[in-house]
Parts: sequence; structure tokens; C-alpha cells
Amino acid sequence: MLQRRDTLKNSEQELRIFRMRSLLAVFVVLTLTAILMGRLAYLQVVQHDLYSTRSENNRVRVEPLPPTRGLIYDREGRLLAENRPTYNLTLVRERVDDLDDTLTLLVELLELPDEDVEAFQVRSRQRQRPYQPALLMSDLDEDQIARVAVNRHRLPGVEVEAQLLRFYPHAEIMAHALGYVGRINVDELKTLDSGRYAGTHFIGKTGVERFYEDELHGQAGLRKVETNARGRVLRELGRVDPVPGENLTLTLDLEMQQLAYDLLDGRRGSIVALEPGTGEILAMVSAPGFDSNQFVTGIDIASYRGLQEDLDLPLFNRAIRGHYPPGSTIKPFLALAGLVEGVITPDRAIHDPGYYQLPNDSRRYRNWLRWGHGRVDMERSIAVSNNTYYYSLAHDLGIDRLHKNMSAFGFGQRVAHDVQGESTALMPSREWKRERFNQAWYPGETLSVGIGQGYWQVTPLQLASATATLANRGHWIKPRLAQQVGDEPLPVQLPDALADIELVNEDWWERVYSGMEKVVSGNEGTARRIGTGLQYRMGGKSGTAQVFSLGQDQRYNADELEERLRDHALFMAFAPLDDPQIAVAVIVENAGGGSTHAAHLARAMTDAWLLEPEENDRDVEAILESEE
Amino acid sequence: MSLRSLTLGRRAYPVRPPESGIARRKSLWERIHLDPWLLGMLIVLMVAGLLVLYSASGQRIETVFAQGTRFCVALMGAVILAQFSPSTFQRWAPLAYGLGILMLLAVEVAGDMGMGAKRWLVIPGVIRFQPSELMKLAMPLMVAAYLSRRELPPRMRDLAACAVIIGVPIGLIANQPDLGTALLVGSAAVIVVLLAGLSWRLIAFFVVLAASALPLLWMNLHNYQRQRVLTFLNPDSDPLGAGWNIIQSTTAIGSGGLLGKGWLQGTQSQLEFLPERHTDFIIAVLGEEFGLVGMLVLLLLYLMIVMRGLWLAGCAHDTFGRLFAGSIILTFFIYVFVNVGMVSGILPVVGVPLPLVSYGGTSSVTLMAGFGILMSIHSHRRLLPR
Repeated sequence: MLQRRDTLKNSEQELRIFRMRSLLAVFVVLTLTAILMGRLAYLQVVQHDLYSTRSENNRVRVEPLPPTRGLIYDREGRLLAENRPTYNLTLVRERVDDLDDTLTLLVELLELPDEDVEAFQVRSRQRQRPYQPALLMSDLDEDQIARVAVNRHRLPGVEVEAQLLRFYPHAEIMAHALGYVGRINVDELKTLDSGRYAGTHFIGKTGVERFYEDELHGQAGLRKVETNARGRVLRELGRVDPVPGENLTLTLDLEMQQLAYDLLDGRRGSIVALEPGTGEILAMVSAPGFDSNQFVTGIDIASYRGLQEDLDLPLFNRAIRGHYPPGSTIKPFLALAGLVEGVITPDRAIHDPGYYQLPNDSRRYRNWLRWGHGRVDMERSIAVSNNTYYYSLAHDLGIDRLHKNMSAFGFGQRVAHDVQGESTALMPSREWKRERFNQAWYPGETLSVGIGQGYWQVTPLQLASATATLANRGHWIKPRLAQQVGDEPLPVQLPDALADIELVNEDWWERVYSGMEKVVSGNEGTARRIGTGLQYRMGGKSGTAQVFSLGQDQRYNADELEERLRDHALFMAFAPLDDPQIAVAVIVENAGGGSTHAAHLARAMTDAWLLEPEENDRDVEAILESEE
Repeated sequence: MSLRSLTLGRRAYPVRPPESGIARRKSLWERIHLDPWLLGMLIVLMVAGLLVLYSASGQRIETVFAQGTRFCVALMGAVILAQFSPSTFQRWAPLAYGLGILMLLAVEVAGDMGMGAKRWLVIPGVIRFQPSELMKLAMPLMVAAYLSRRELPPRMRDLAACAVIIGVPIGLIANQPDLGTALLVGSAAVIVVLLAGLSWRLIAFFVVLAASALPLLWMNLHNYQRQRVLTFLNPDSDPLGAGWNIIQSTTAIGSGGLLGKGWLQGTQSQLEFLPERHTDFIIAVLGEEFGLVGMLVLLLLYLMIVMRGLWLAGCAHDTFGRLFAGSIILTFFIYVFVNVGMVSGILPVVGVPLPLVSYGGTSSVTLMAGFGILMSIHSHRRLLPR
């Protein structure tokens, strides 16, 4: 096949050419090899440090280990806030063969409604790094977990991951007192210690959850892990265990809380009960409540708007932020102020013609009983809630002394130790008015304040706290919600407590108590109806707060308008008289007179706390019916 | 040093046969038509390759066994091929070339898609075959056979014929598309022409022509091919895609330092950060675990193989042998250079394996077949007729 056609071939020349070219090739090969070696030397010697660091960063990842949040118990050890394992659905795109098929299958398995499907698909495409799982859905129910598990083989790259989620078993009645946790938002992220909160998704937003955030949260741990390129952890190189958050034991009593909530029966109002001796808050209810569990994972917009636009303001914590004129409930305090300042004596009486007139003024300030109570001494002034007596007393005291003495009971300031978001409400003074309105104080305004109206506003918690101080014979103790943080009981004496109120004559306490006892037990006491069958001595005082104006909401319909213009009913009480175990403040909005609409709620609370269950009639229905 | 090693063989293999024409007594190696130096170095290379492969495969001994088996097959192939006389290869060259063209055409028509490119010819259940692999040998064989019948240096019409011989299969392979292989196959053939004595004027002319054709080539590149070039120029532009490979391989090599992290201790490779770590990027594993010292030893081994091969080519008695042998050995070097260059980040990523180290059967077999023919050319020189 091959023949030598060219006989003129010059073998010598061909060999010479080849040798020349080969030598050239050797030169090129050496040059190129030198280039490679130079490059390698550059990488491995000159830039060795840079690449070592890179390689180390590749391999070692520090993973935060979030601590478990402390649990919250009531005073009897009943669980109020726990952590429940929930399950999230995640997807790693790199491991999914066909994303659309997988999503279709998941939608089918989980029976997702159409409106969720799109969000579901959007989330599946979100990612920051390769092999990072995208969160498809949180809080799967057992049925959904089971369905995913059964179809596991058809769903490569799809995982169900466990996560602890806060859960409130008594959400509705505890929502305001306890508060709730929610997802950490962008603003919080800026101020948080990122080390402590690494890996934590939730933070206390309100209430106890927020106040004791530091203690409940605990300390994040970390582990150094070696990962492969897919981000899978291969082994642990080092570990610092997280410190779980402290458990919290509250002073709240679940049964008292439940009772208070039931007593309010869906009406707007608040009940606060505390132990005078210790300041421990037994119940702190604001009604209506709401389901705080909704807020943990993030409430949907429609539900949130529903809550926000509800005229009953379920999200509003009335117990600590509701401002109410205290009405006649403050008469015992004023009487004490009169005694302290020497304006009155317990036995001196006035004559009440049914009204009070300032000197040189024709205006009549009326008693609630048009024709007057006749001769009224201090005890009777409390029992029958005589206004004329207190117009006179307030006038004689003057706003400055009145303000000073009422402030000593905590009015106009935050009283509690560990209540998040407490309002100061308002104890008016000459200075306050000048600052607020740039106006002088008028004597007539002192008279309004003297019967707990006018500018004076209190929160239910303040009223309960002042009642406790009264019951304690002036010994001041800060109301508190926590009994124990971890294993440490809260100290008895908390910082920044007010000074005790000391009387020249200790006997005066008894005289005021006597007046208060007559409110419920005397034959002309305003709340004498709740005195029937009382098994212990109780002191109380009713109040009726006038609703001056409608406020900003003018769109009420006529029926509602009428209802919402009615007076607020207030009642404060403590019992037993000789050794007070409980102090209560009750406010029912727009319920009418305090003696008829709030007093028996206070009685039900004291009964529940003081009596054994068998002698204690806790039939809420019956109590509520006895009202009329 | 390398030049010195060239002279090592002088005693045993004088460049010319004795003038007397009387054959001296053949050594054992000559009788079995093998070159002990070349063969020895190749075996050392393969053993080193298996060692690195064990680490690179995530310590899967099965992979090493599979590769070892392929090496044995390839070695046997080389030994067998060495027994044939070079004239046989010269005779069969047009046939192999023609067959290659036919198969490339078959791929066009009925090829199997793999990675978005038609490269494989599949007879179901029997064999998967990549015709371009055959061309790696058939092309230089054909060009060498053609030129060896011409008067050298080649004249213009010879060059024109060569251009056709080279152009047709290159076009077919580039169309698969497999630009990397096309360039490698093409360069194997072009080297033959260069060694045959292409005039410097023409070389200069072609270089200028090629440079001016670059924009045209760029326009005809597939998107992914352009992307590769761009990524090469700036790996950080695509850190999750193609750039990832370069970043991770340079990191592996750089973090190896002077002495390396130790065998099986490379975190980049053991933790799978290194892509294609047991095929095209296997040298990065070596760089990470054995450091600069390991890399230099390997490069020197390759260099010695190349030098020995060139020496053997220079000893060949006829033009065909010289041209083919020279082309085989220089192509071998190009593989090494392109692979190491791409893994260390000075060349764009093209799918070129590291000869006799990367995992994969076809390329080992082809390469060893080339070395087999090379040894045949050398050891049969005294048997050449007239």
C-alpha cells in the first residue's frame, strides 16, 4: 500500500531538521515546566498563609447552640409557659431532582390551600448559599409529618426539622400578665447581643416574658464543627454547651387568675389582687384577653387587624395601662391624709346638707344623695361615701398637701417591681397643671380631685397597691410578679420602695378600717349587699367613675354610645381586716355604680383566697346573677 | 539536568547503528521491544497516581482497584503494540484515520448526549466509545505517514493536504462540541508538521493568522465556553459556579505549602470542597497533601518521561517513526501542562486529565498505546528494511 514514491528524499537533512526542532521542543518544554513550577511555588510558598486561612475557613464552621428558654410556673407550680417541639419543613434545592415535581407532591401531601402555594414556592427558591436548607413551612401537625415521612423516598432533599416553640396553655387568661415571645425583629436585632442571641429566633415582647428576658433566655453555646462542601457536619471539633434559661416561678395563682377572668365575664375591665404582706400579685387580669400563642409564630394580618380594630381593645392591658378616675375608692386614703395633716379628727363631724359650697362662691358641689347624709363623721363618710365631707376635706387640705399624701400611697407613679410597661397614670398637682396646660390651679379642681374625679387617674394595679399599703398600716411593699427566678427567691425588700406611712396615732388605722368595714357590713354601707354571709371581716370601698367624654371614637352606634357613656364601676377591698391576706382592686368599664357592679367580684376574689374550697361558693354564674 | 539525562542512554542506544551493518547481540529489552527507562518511569508514575487517587477518591479502595486494573490493561496494550513493527502502524494509519472519521460522523448522527454534548458512541450493552479518543492516535499517525512519503521540509501542496487531513476531524470534534479535545487532537497533528520542518516564515504566518482569527473564534464559541474563559480571567465573578472550581483548587494547592498536609490529611479534598477531585483536579489533592515538594517531584517525573521520549524519537531510523514518536511525547507534555496550568489557575478550565494520574480508563489506554507504538518505533529500528 505504501510505496516510496519519492526517491529524492534526503534522510540526512530530514534528521537534521528533526534534531533542530526537537531541541527547540526541549527548550519550550523546559520553559513551560519552569512556568508551572513558578506558579506552584508562588501558590504554595508566597501565598501559603492566605490559602491556609481560606482552607481553614472552608472547613471549620462555628454553629451556635441556642439555649432553651426557661419555663414559667404559677405560685403552685402549674405550668404557664412551656416549650413545645414543633416541626418545620425544609428543602435543600441541590438535592432535589425536580423542584416542580417535588413541590407539586408536597402541596398535594400537605393539602395546602391555593393561597399558600405561591408563598410556598417562593420560599423554596430562597437561599443564600448552596446546600443551605430553605424553610418551606413551620409548625407542621402530626398528620402532615406522617404524610411527609411516608413519602420520604419520593422527596429527596426535603427534611422535617424539630424546633422548640413557646406555648401558653392558658393563653387567653394569662396573655396580659404573662406577655408573650415573638420572632426577633429587625430593630431588636440591631440592639441585641448577637453572641447571646445567636441561633435564637424568639424574644420576650411583653409582660413577664419581656421583663425577665435576660434570665429566661439563658446563654447560647457554640460548637466548632468540621463540615464538608455540602455543609454537612462531619465531626465536632469543640463545644461550649448552652446554659438554659432560668425557670421562673410567678406569684400569680392560676385559679385566682382564672376566677378573675371568669368574673369579668367578657366585659371590659380589670381585676388585680395581691398579698399585702409580701406584695405578691395573685391575679392581674385585663379583659377581654386574647390568644397569645398566635403571636409566637407570627400572627396573620387579618387576625391582627381584627384584634386591633376590636372596640373592646383586647390587646390593651387595662390592669397596668388603663387610666380610670378612681372615684370614691380613694376616700379612705384622703381621710388618712386629713388625719395626718390635722385637718380632721376621727370623731369630728360635719353637717351635710347635700352639697358643698366654697367660701365666697355660689356654685354648689353636690353629694350623690341629693338631700344629704346629715351629720357625717369620718367613719360614716367612708361607709356611705359622702361627697360633701370630702369636698370640705379636700378644700382644707389644698391640692399641694393632697398631692403629697396621695403620692405617698403610690398614686401617679409606677409601683410594681417587675411589671413591664406599667403606666404612671396621673396624680395631678399644681406643678403638673402648669406644665401641662400652663394654667393656675383652681380651688374647684381640688374638690373634684377630692372625690376621685377631675384629672386624677389611676391604674387598677396602682389602686390595688395603694389598698395593700393601707391594709399594711402604711408599710410599703412593692408589688411583684416573680416569686423565684431560678432557685433564687426575690428579696423581700426590693429597691426603690416608697417610704412607709407613719401616723402620729396608730389607732387612726383602725378608725379608717372601721369605716371601710361598714361599707360592706354596716347597715347603711354602700356595698352592704355583699356583706351577707361574710365569714371574715372585710374592708372595702366602692367607686363610680364618670365617663366624661367619648374620646376620639365617634362612630359608635347609638346603643353602644349609650353603653359606653355609662360610669365605670370600681371597688377596692382587703381582708381579713385584722390580718390582711389579700387586697383587691376591681374595675368594670361602663358597668354603672361600683357598689353594685364591682363589689361582689371583689368579694368572690377574697372568698376564693381566704376560704377553703368547700366553704367557698365559686359559682361564677351565681355571683354574676346576684349583681342585679 | 534534563539535558544530561538525555545522554544517559548513549551507551546502550547509539544514535546510529554500527557502520558495519552487523547487528550486535540484542539485549533482553530489545528482544521484547521495550524501553526499561521509559517503562519504569511510567510505572512509577502510575503507582504514584494510584496513591493520590486513594486519597482523592475519599479512600475508596474499589476505585483504586478499578483504576489499577485499567492501568494493567493499558500496560498490556502498550506491550502488545510494541511488538508490531512501525511499518505496520504506518500501513494502518489511513485505515485508522478513515475509521475515526466514520465514527465521528456516526456520533453526529446517533451519538449519545452526555453533559449537553454529543461525544459518545454507544452500542447498548456492549461499549461506550469516544471516537475522538481514537483520533488522538490516528491523527498524528496519519499526518506522519503522509509526510514521511514526501520530501521534507514539506512544500505548499503537502501542507494543503495536511490541512485537509487535520481540518476535517477537528471540525467534527469541535462540533460535538468538545473544543478541548479538538485543540489537543489538532495540536498532536500540528506538532507532526512542525517537527517535519515547517518553515519559520510559515509558522510566523500561521501565528499571525491564528491571532487575527481569535475574535472570530470567540464569536463562534458556545456560551458556556465563553463563560469558562471569563471565569478564568476572574474566578470570583462566579464563586458558586465554574469559579468555585478554580478557587477551591488554588486554595487546596496553596494551603499545602512546602511539605503538604500529609497523605489523606488534605481538608480541601477530604471534605469534598475540591470539585472533580479524582479526575481532572486530582493534582490539587497532591498539592495539598504533599506540598510543593510533591508537586516538583511529580513534574520532574513527567519531565524525565518527556525527555526520554524525545531521546527515543531522535533515535528513530525513519521519518515516520521520528515524527510520530515526537508528536506522541510532546502531546503528552501538553496534557500535563494544560492540566496543571488549569488546576493552578493560569489556564482556563478545559477538560484535560492529568496523564496516568487522573481517574479514567480511556485516556490511560490511549496514552499507553501511544507509548507502546513509541517503544516499537525505537526497538524495531534495526529491523527496518533496507
